[in-house]
Amino acid sequence: MEWETVIGLEIHAQLATNTKIFSGASTAFGAEPNTQACAVDLALPGTLPVFNESALRMAVMFGTAIDAEIGKVSVFDRKNYFYPDLPKGYQTSQLFYPIVGKGHVDIELADGSTKRIGVTRAHLEEDAGKSLHEDFANMTGIDLNRAGTPLLEIVSEPDMRSAEEAVAYVKKIHSLVTNLGICDGNMAEGSFRCDCNVSVRYKGEEKFGNRTETKNINSFRFIEKAIKGEVERQIDILEDGGSITQETRLYDADKDETRSMRSKEEANDYRYFPCPDLLPIVIDDEYIDTIRQSLPELPDARQARFIEAYSLSEYDAGVISAYKPMSDFFETVVQVSGDAKLSANWVMGELAKHLNQNDTDISVSPVTADQLGGLLLRIKDNTISGNIAKKVFETMWSEGGTADEIIEAKGLKQVTDSGAIEKIVDEVIAANQKQVEQYIAAEPDKRGKMIGFFMGQVMKASGGKANPGQVQGVMKKKLDSLC
Amino acid sequence: MLNKTLAELAKGLDQGEFSSVELTQAYLDRINKEDSRYNSFITVTDELALRQAADADAMRAAGQATAMTGLPLAHKDIFCTQGVRTSAGSKMLDNFVSPYDATIIRKFNAAGTVSLGKTNMDEFAMGSSNESSFYGACKNPWDLDRVPGGSSGGSAAAIAAGLTPAATGTDTGGSIRQPAAFCNLTGLKPTYGRVSRYGMIAYASSLDQGGPMALTAEDAAMMMNVMAGLDPLDSTSTDKAVPDYTASLDQPLSGLKIGLPKEFFAEQLNPEIAATVQAAIKEYEALGATVKEVSLPNTALSVPAYYIIAPSEASSNLSRFDGVRYGYRCEEPKDLEDMYKRTRGEGFGTEVKRRIMVGTYALSEGFYDAYYKKAQQIRRLIQQDFVRVLSEVDVIMGPTTPTTAFKLGEKTSDPVEMYMEDIFTLSLNLAGLPGMSIPCGFSNGLPVGLQIIGNYFAEEKLLNVAHKFQQATDWHTRKPEGI
Repeated sequence: MEWETVIGLEIHAQLATNTKIFSGASTAFGAEPNTQACAVDLALPGTLPVFNESALRMAVMFGTAIDAEIGKVSVFDRKNYFYPDLPKGYQTSQLFYPIVGKGHVDIELADGSTKRIGVTRAHLEEDAGKSLHEDFANMTGIDLNRAGTPLLEIVSEPDMRSAEEAVAYVKKIHSLVTNLGICDGNMAEGSFRCDCNVSVRYKGEEKFGNRTETKNINSFRFIEKAIKGEVERQIDILEDGGSITQETRLYDADKDETRSMRSKEEANDYRYFPCPDLLPIVIDDEYIDTIRQSLPELPDARQARFIEAYSLSEYDAGVISAYKPMSDFFETVVQVSGDAKLSANWVMGELAKHLNQNDTDISVSPVTADQLGGLLLRIKDNTISGNIAKKVFETMWSEGGTADEIIEAKGLKQVTDSGAIEKIVDEVIAANQKQVEQYIAAEPDKRGKMIGFFMGQVMKASGGKANPGQVQGVMKKKLDSLC
Repeated sequence: MLNKTLAELAKGLDQGEFSSVELTQAYLDRINKEDSRYNSFITVTDELALRQAADADAMRAAGQATAMTGLPLAHKDIFCTQGVRTSAGSKMLDNFVSPYDATIIRKFNAAGTVSLGKTNMDEFAMGSSNESSFYGACKNPWDLDRVPGGSSGGSAAAIAAGLTPAATGTDTGGSIRQPAAFCNLTGLKPTYGRVSRYGMIAYASSLDQGGPMALTAEDAAMMMNVMAGLDPLDSTSTDKAVPDYTASLDQPLSGLKIGLPKEFFAEQLNPEIAATVQAAIKEYEALGATVKEVSLPNTALSVPAYYIIAPSEASSNLSRFDGVRYGYRCEEPKDLEDMYKRTRGEGFGTEVKRRIMVGTYALSEGFYDAYYKKAQQIRRLIQQDFVRVLSEVDVIMGPTTPTTAFKLGEKTSDPVEMYMEDIFTLSLNLAGLPGMSIPCGFSNGLPVGLQIIGNYFAEEKLLNVAHKFQQATDWHTRKPEGI
């Protein structure tokens, strides 16, 4: 029997508002504990919430971007449970009437095909604070700076069938919210985190298996690993004749395993009811239309434009358009260099490699888009070869400077003087008589491949500076004249 | 200078008969000498009061006095007052000193009033007799063996005993009107949303409403001029324009249409109360009003609906009292659960626990539809009854309470009998309508209250209707023996 995995995801995206969802306190990350929590966030007796409209605007932006129904009337509910970092003893959320209803996004699968993933709903809610266990002996500290930060909880349909699909979906949502500018997407700081609902069933069966929910995973890699591990665990149990307990699990990245947090029996009864301190949010079509019309270009549209305008491959266009800072960078490089394909290759190749190795985001790249564009210009006008360009890029990355300055300072300018090239070619032919004989002896149609050896020798002798096109022409002519 | 109304005291201050400091000192002396008999204050703020009085005298000297500058008041201990203990009558908040002022406190301070102290109340405003206060029961100045009513019993007793000329109260199910009736005072529960709830410790958010308690309708109007209005910190407060409540007090009553709901005069009503109220209605007819019998058919459902909705909201509102951030915390908790259980077990009194339990049950999974949702449906029916009747008449009149002030301890063992105390008052809270109680006579030497109910935002009309009655009668001028 073959197993099938069923995955549904709940993504918590922290909305990039300046102030909290129900108070005027700042949402900035990293301040001293409890310095960004006002009387409302501390849930002092008598305090009341006031809804921050920019959170509404951001939620509606997301809803229109995924082609979802927008709730004309949405209502805040109280989700009641006790926890030390939940100051009011309830979380204000939306259960019955969420702001965003059914929508969808399309993901690309490994085989190049597209799959549509349903979004069940997305609702507004407030974040809780944080418990601090370090620095306290036998005690726990509470930091309420994060309490009241607006979250958009995006709930998917159980439409994903593998960890890879799940990651593709999460990346898609991540790309959407960052492109919309409604979430900074910083997973390490918890601005974007994910709960994974996972179950398995025999292929062909309609009924879902019992599922587990693995909470608060905050990297794409961990999502994939946690799901894979959880699927394996569930299949092992079922194949041993056991059954899956519906429960909440935690992913331990150090041990790369999930472990039980609480079972359904221990689960809270949240006693949801409409929050009497907040009026229902009522919006009209005009409000929604205005937001729809002011949406920035979204990744899918941008990918299509890149294919159309720059003749990029679907893959290249997809990678570059997924992350707004990267697509902005790319477009500047194209503008300067005038060559889209070359620009795409360099952004996704040399630049991405350096960013990865140095764990740096493209938005703070030490080589700017203008610098890279300038470098590509020098490749195009044959001032330097592609290989030399890589050396120039290294220098640019570590020391700065424009391509022209570096080429000048290091004397990397390509040799295009035909006399000089002919001289090197003659020297290489003279020094490699054995290979010349083999060339002459070879069938004419095999000679083309053999020329690479001579090319390499010339480039080596010229320190990479000889113009490869010219070398190729001269070399072929001279060798062929010997045949 | 004591035993005067706010309006009379304001005149005295204006004409320089006495200073605010002299007036304040006289009240403080009386409180300190006599309040041990009534237990109407939880906290007396001598120093603060004299400082505010001196400021008020300075304001007056500088020509900056408002209508209420220099007038002493007392505030129910449910309103947060900066730098002063705010206990809500509970052991839970016995050590709580508020770091901020409730909106109405801020407004009274800005108007230059003097705060004598914080008055006794049923714990978290849950009660109809003031017997559930952690600080002990308060006594009715008309008969020290009887209750002053609740939950604003401290405010009522303090005014009736001449310890303050007026006070603030809150009314969730009748807590301004019932003690006003028991203590021969004028009390107004405004329309829900007319007076800000910010800084008023929440009992049941959709029902709670602050308002004035005073000797006359004129005084209540003066207080409303300060208290009413939109508060950006309370999303449920309304931006409807605030009239000058003292300006229209003298409008003639000719043509006034009074509705008498037959359900308020059913056979169970104490005949002496019925007769007293009927006599007051006759007085209104003499003043030019016409009377019509009307029906509020769902009146009998208001008590059960109220005692689902109010405890449900209370169970959630009181979750924040968990021993984590402020208020009472049990000694040496073993772990988190132990801290929650013992903190709340030791910090809350019996009536509060009872309502938390009822509310938790009503909201729990599987019972929500049968209780909470059903109660909300009944609430709508009750509201529709009122809207229909108030389209036919200007005001509705009836008794405020089914009995006069009862004996201390008489109803504490039977919560349901205690809940029936509010049968005529709490339907207004469910509907969000304004209502008043004014003195209209005596039964066995104890005051009887006439309840006047108006349409949404008809406070002006109610005060006018009450004021005209008080000009034609002298019930409101009667004082307990020895005051």
